[in-house]
Formats: sequence, C-alpha cells, structure tokens
Amino acid sequence: MDTIEVSNLNRQFLFRQSHVGQSKAKVARDAVLRFRSNISITPYHVNVKDSRFNVEFFKEFDVVLNGLDNLDARRHVNRLCLAADVPLVESGTTGFLGQVTVHLKGKTECYECQPKPAPKTYPVCTITSTPSKFVHCVVWAKDLLFAKLFGDKNQENDLNVRSSDAANSLEHSEDVFECRKDEDIEQYGRRIYDHVFGHNIKMALSNEETWKNLNKPRPIYSKDVLPEKLTKENGDMEKGCTTDDISAMASLGLKNPQDLWSLAENSRVFLEALRLFFLKRVKEIGNLTFDKDDQLAVEFVTAAANIRASSFGIPSHSLFEAKGIAGNIVHAVATTNAVIAGLIVIEAIKVLIKDSNNYRMTYCLEHPSKKLLLMPVEPYEPNKSCYVCSETPLSLEVNIHSSKLRDFVEKIVKAKLGMNFPLIMQGASILYEVGEDLEEDMVAIYAANLEKALSELPSPVTSGTVLTVEDLQQEFSCSINIKHREEFDEEKEPDGMLLSGWVEAPVDKDNNKPIRNSESTSNALPAEEILDGEKDVEIQEIPEGTETVTGKKRKLSEVSEGTSTNHSGLSDENRSHNQLEKLDVDDEDDELIISDDWESLTKKKRL
Amino acid sequence: MDGEELTEQETALYDRQIRVWGADAQRRLSKSHILVYGMKGTVAEFCKNIVLAGVGSVTLVDDRVVAEEALSANFLILPDKNQYQGKTLAEVCCDSLKEFNHMVHVSVEKGDISTFGVEFFEKFDTVVISCCSLAKKKLINQKCRKLSKRVAFYTVDCRGSCGEIFVDLQDYKYSKEAISVPWRALPRRVSKLYFAMRVIELFEDVEDRNPGETSIADLPGILKLRKELCETNSLSESQVPDALLERLLIGTREFPPVCAIIGGILGQEVIKAISGKGDPLKNFFFFDAMDGKGLIEDISEPNTGSQAALINDDM
Repeated sequence: MDTIEVSNLNRQFLFRQSHVGQSKAKVARDAVLRFRSNISITPYHVNVKDSRFNVEFFKEFDVVLNGLDNLDARRHVNRLCLAADVPLVESGTTGFLGQVTVHLKGKTECYECQPKPAPKTYPVCTITSTPSKFVHCVVWAKDLLFAKLFGDKNQENDLNVRSSDAANSLEHSEDVFECRKDEDIEQYGRRIYDHVFGHNIKMALSNEETWKNLNKPRPIYSKDVLPEKLTKENGDMEKGCTTDDISAMASLGLKNPQDLWSLAENSRVFLEALRLFFLKRVKEIGNLTFDKDDQLAVEFVTAAANIRASSFGIPSHSLFEAKGIAGNIVHAVATTNAVIAGLIVIEAIKVLIKDSNNYRMTYCLEHPSKKLLLMPVEPYEPNKSCYVCSETPLSLEVNIHSSKLRDFVEKIVKAKLGMNFPLIMQGASILYEVGEDLEEDMVAIYAANLEKALSELPSPVTSGTVLTVEDLQQEFSCSINIKHREEFDEEKEPDGMLLSGWVEAPVDKDNNKPIRNSESTSNALPAEEILDGEKDVEIQEIPEGTETVTGKKRKLSEVSEGTSTNHSGLSDENRSHNQLEKLDVDDEDDELIISDDWESLTKKKRL
Repeated sequence: MDGEELTEQETALYDRQIRVWGADAQRRLSKSHILVYGMKGTVAEFCKNIVLAGVGSVTLVDDRVVAEEALSANFLILPDKNQYQGKTLAEVCCDSLKEFNHMVHVSVEKGDISTFGVEFFEKFDTVVISCCSLAKKKLINQKCRKLSKRVAFYTVDCRGSCGEIFVDLQDYKYSKEAISVPWRALPRRVSKLYFAMRVIELFEDVEDRNPGETSIADLPGILKLRKELCETNSLSESQVPDALLERLLIGTREFPPVCAIIGGILGQEVIKAISGKGDPLKNFFFFDAMDGKGLIEDISEPNTGSQAALINDDM
C-alpha cells in the first residue's frame, strides 16, 4: 500500500520522479509490462495484512516472494504461507548486507524458527533522566517532548514523571505545556525551553543518588544562550515561509542538513520550529505524530535532541543524522538490491522446478569470508521448538488476579505472538474473539471480558489452565500454559507477564518499556553500519550479545535435543549437520565450515 | 549547480545511499566519468546501477545493431521494433539510461575502440569492458596504464549461469600478468571457473572468433586446447572439468538474474573505487548460479605481490 517517495528513486528503478505519490504496486506493474508485455500482473494497492489475503488466496500461488520492510508483515505472511503450504522466498537488505532465504513447510525452517532482533527499546529512566547516547536524546525529543507539545494531549507521557520532584510539581507541570493567554509565541517557546532544559534538569540534579557514578548534566536557560529577543518588528518573521515548505532552517538561513549546529543555532531552530508550528500549522497541533518526512518535525526533534545532548555532555549530530535515527531510516543502495533480486529469482526458479536439493539461503557480505562475498548455506530443518511451525506450546507466568484479559491480548497475543485478529479459548469456551459477523451480545460479552482479571473470567483462568490462541486469518494456533505468579519486577518485567518457550532474540539489559526505535530489513546479519572514517552514525542498535540468525549453528543433534528423534524419519532432502555440503561432487576442497567464522563475523563492527 | 556542496535535489534523491557512504563520497561520484564498452545484459544492469548512484557521466560504446536476441537479457531495450530498428545497442541503451537519473550525463561514442588513442581514455576515471576479445582487452588495458592518471580498468563477462569480473586498479594487468600467471603457481583451490574462462577466452583468440560466439559445437577444439594448456602448466585436467566447459559453451545467452548479480557486484566495485570507500576486491570475482557462490580470487604472482610475472609466450 506504499506510495512512491523521492528517496526511493536511488534504487527502486521502476519508478521515476513523475511517479512520486503514486501507488508502488501499480507503477511497478506498468513499468514491467513495458519490457515484458506477456505477463499477467495484478497490483493491489492494499496492506498485505488485509483480510482478503487469506489462506485461500495464498493457495493460488506456486511461490511467494517477499519484499517487505517490517518484521510484523513478514511474520504474518510466513504464517499464511505455512497454512497454505506455499513456498516462501524471503529477503532483505541494509546497505551492503543482504540475504535471501527459502522456506518450505515441513522441509525447512519457517521464517520464525530463528530469532529475529526485535526493534530496540530503552528503559524509561534512561530516556527521562539519564541519557548517555544521542539516540536517547532523540527518543526523548520525539516520543516525549514532541508528543507532549504537538500530539494527543490525552496520551500518557513520561515527560516530567521522574525528572522533577513529586507533589506540587506534578500539578504544576500539567499547565506548563499549555500556552498562556497573554504570552506571545516567543515567550511561550522560551518558557518551554527553560522548563525542559533548565528547570527539569535542575530538579533532577537535586537527587544526588542518581548522579553518584554519572556525569552531571547542566541546566540550560534560553536567556543565556539567546539573550536577544528573536522576533523583530516586521518582515523577517515571514522570511522563507511559503505554505509549501515551512521550515525553520529555511527561515534561519541554515542550508546544509549535514552541518553541526551550535547550541545557539539549535536553540534558534527549536524556538523557530515551535513558532512555525503554532503560526502555520496550529490546526494540526494535538493530532500530530512524528513523521520523518515532515521537515519541520524533524527540525524540531533535531534541535531538542541536540540541546538535551549538550546538557548531558553528549556530542551533537546533524539534522541528517538525527533524521535517520528518529525516522528509523534504513540505508540502502541499488547494487545490493540488484544482487539480492538476482538471488531471489534463482531461488524462485529452483522452487518452481522443484529442485529441492539445491535450495539455498544466500548471504551477501560486505567483507569476504573465506573468499566468499556471496555465501550459500543449506537451509536448516524446521526448529522443533518453533511455536509457529512446530506447534510447541508456550508457557505464561502471570498474576491471574491483577492482570486483565486486555493485558494478555495486547501485550502477549498481539505484540509478542504477532496475531492481528485473535481468538482466545479455554477448552470449549471462547473468552474473546474479533470478527465482523459477531452478534451484538457476544461483542458486549467480549468487551466486558477484556476488563476482567483472568481469574474472574466466566471461564476462570487458574494456574494450570491451557489457553488456546488463534488467528483465523493466519490460520495459526498455539496453546499457552498459564502459571500464576504473585510478583513481577517493575523494571525487568514491566508487562507483569513472562512468556517462555517463545523464540526471541536474547534479552538485552536495556530492553524494557517499549520506546521503540529501529527495524532493519536485513534480518540475518548485524544491521549497523559505520561510515568509515566519518563520525559514527547510530543507525541501528542491536542488543548486546545478540546471536544473529545464523550465529548459532544448530547441528542435527542439537535440533533434536529433548526429543527422541528418529533420524531416519527425515527425508533425503534434509542434509546432515555439515550444513555446507559438498556441492561439486568432484571437489573436496569446496566444503566450507562456517560456524567459527560466523561468530566472529557477527561480532564485527560493533558501535 | 556545481558548488562544493550537494544540491537539495541530490540530498533528497541520494539520501539513502549517502547514509551508506557519506556526502563526500557522493560528491566524488558526481564528478566521475565512466567509459563502458559492450552493451549486453550484465553491462546494462551495471550501467543502471551507476546511473542511479549519481556518477558524473557514462559514455557507451557499442556499434552493433540491435537484434531481437538482445532483448532476452537487456531490460534497457524495450520490445518495440519501431523504437530500436536500425539503432545501435549503445544508442538504445543511452536513451533508456537517461531516464533513470537526469543528473547523469549519458552519451554514445561511435567507432572501433581499438583505434581510439590514449588521449581518448584520459577523459575517464573508470573503464569497463565486456564482449571483447582478449587482444582488445589487453590493448585497452595497456592504453589505460600509459596515462599519467590512474584509470580503473574492469572486464566483465557472463556465459550462461556463470559470471566473471576482473579488477585492475593498476596493481595487476589484464594481460601477460594476471592471466598468464602460471597455473602451477596458483593454489590448488583456485576456482575452476577461472581456468575454464581462460581456456575459452584463449580459444576465441586463437581461432579469431567474436567474443561469446563459441558454442557446444566447439567442444572438441576446446577440450584439445585445455589438454595442451594443462600439460604445459602441469595442471590436472580435472581442474577444468568437462561439465563446466560444456555449461559455459551451451549457455550462449545471458541469464537475467546472473546479469543482475554480476552487474550489482561490479557496480559496487566501481563505486568503491571512485568514492574511495571500502576495500576493492582483488582481483577476480566469480559467480556460478549452480552452486550459488560468489567468490573472490586473487590471481597474482606469489611472492612479489605486484608486477613481474612469468610470461608464457607460447600461449
């Protein structure tokens, strides 16, 4: 359902400048027909999760090729392909890295058999009180300050929660962000500035404990940075403001998005952006969400992040860099995409001619490993513990008296298990379901159930209960064993629930409340990229110690761990533990053992 | 607008790739001039990549008239006879390539490239040669090396489901040196594709065939040549398997996904060399769709690491 953007044109070569704003599916179709008119191509300018793309729909195809840019959609398609028993060729690229993988139900791993790095999240206190990296400042500026000033006022917002002292400040802070009747925009702007960069920091400093082992931040006040009044009498206020490209940079004559701004410049941008929002886009205030293509929003967030960074002694970054971080921009080039596209076609052809012995997962590396730039690996067998393709039951520890069904649905079923339209049953009783053709009284019952504690449900959930959770569209079902537990650690288990048996990337210490930041398209390999010799740009952060997809070579014996596997039950197609087979029968020299190198590969280039 | 900084248009268009290689590298790209000879499918892919990347200019040389078979793997040629009738490959590809990026200057140079003087090559930073006889390759490489400035030289060839790229950033030469390194001096693990390509290349040279025109009918002659070469070099014939040679001879047409892969890798290499970012591959790259490996081979004289090579003149 995506439309074409200018930034796509450096690599999505079926599109031209004149197509910007149009449907990708439709324009791509037209472009391909121009050089191959005899193919039947049907474009759908729709979200891939749309209900029309059900299992029946998928069954019509011989192979599915994915070109998606987010984990959620990929998981969704993975389940549909499993349910429809249709081969799936997955792929992704990030900069110079990329991979192509093939998934066949029952024969190879499904897309979810191996953990994929989850989008990076940060603990609340790091964002609100003790940032140590620039990305923390960006998240603060975007998800807290920008949201507070321009977003939905009813949304919960952690701004101020821990950086001021309790009692009267909380009350006081409710008013702080509202513009007062008798103040002009500049006064308002400065007041906000002083509150978040001055007062709040000062308050935080009063708590000595926090700063025992950390560098103390310094409060910053606008009168010290910009002593002169900014707005002049006439004329200058309107400079550079056409309705089309409202921009603080343009207004202030800052031309280059790659420049580093001084504290004074950042402060000017902050105030000017704020002013322009209130002057030119006042109708949107209260409804805005951050959009990386919204120039003014990017300017504001950059400036705010930089001022905060300055306060905490963190190096500032250019707008270009900040935009990448705030917008979760994945860097991409035409060449890697071309290589991966070629590899996708080669695998697709193998699938179509059923050349199953030769299916490969292929990794495109930036630096060769044992002379290989393109590294083919045999697919693994399905992971017997995969809850998606191997129907392994999961376990959930939860306080059944304090957790509601709603918490279970949102935090576990949707967020962790990736189901969109869940059906939850206990035995034969349906506790909750979604659907278009439900009767009104059922809808009411389910709505009521959501608000009940698990132990209070019409079919009460107790320790030992097994819940069945299904997504009818994905035709995916799994069972969850419930175990009651009284206490949960607020910082480490903020959801108040612990799901196990669920294959996920190793937990990062930082991984707490979901203030998400990034998602890579190249899932198999570390996605961070450093511009050699230039300043480190934190495009992505992968949790420390993440074993990336192929980091752990699972030999056949390991895969069968815990089950008394009958190896003879495997078909000929499933090769043995030497994952890189002798592909050229003559040549013993061709055998490549990856495991050790792979570990070192994945540990390269850490920020 | 040719100031020191990237224009707003460039920043917007190239945003995603600037995040990979930086603004300085992008600037260097925008000032580079590439010469391309031999417009088959792989080279079409390569050209598409560098035009999208925003090089300064691309000059195409290929006076062959467009024939229908060219459409099988060259997506720059639209299947409209009215459009391509009577035009050369370079002309049609030039028109298409311009569409990808108006900021890149794409043009055609007509004539026999072997007659172009050294001063012609001086205009370029990078020269990419394909569909070219061994003799011509050597000639052009020599001319590039005669220049006072450093010109990066690449050859690329795809046969069936296999592809080969050679890189000369003036460490090695595509002439007596790189391709005449005595086979016995090479480690046993060197890709068989290297030897196979050399045999066919030499066969075309000796038999005075147009590049890519050998077919399975020539197999006996190829096998004979292989025998001679292997004997002279004390290399076992099993290092240049029959099956591989057959595949290369049968596959006269290019295979589009292989074109994309080779064109992609080559594009990457050229961009690396121009931008100065990233280690260029040294000095051969091979891809075989059958095993799926993309392999780098360093074919050089052992011990010296640079020039002096043994020259086998009876080749």
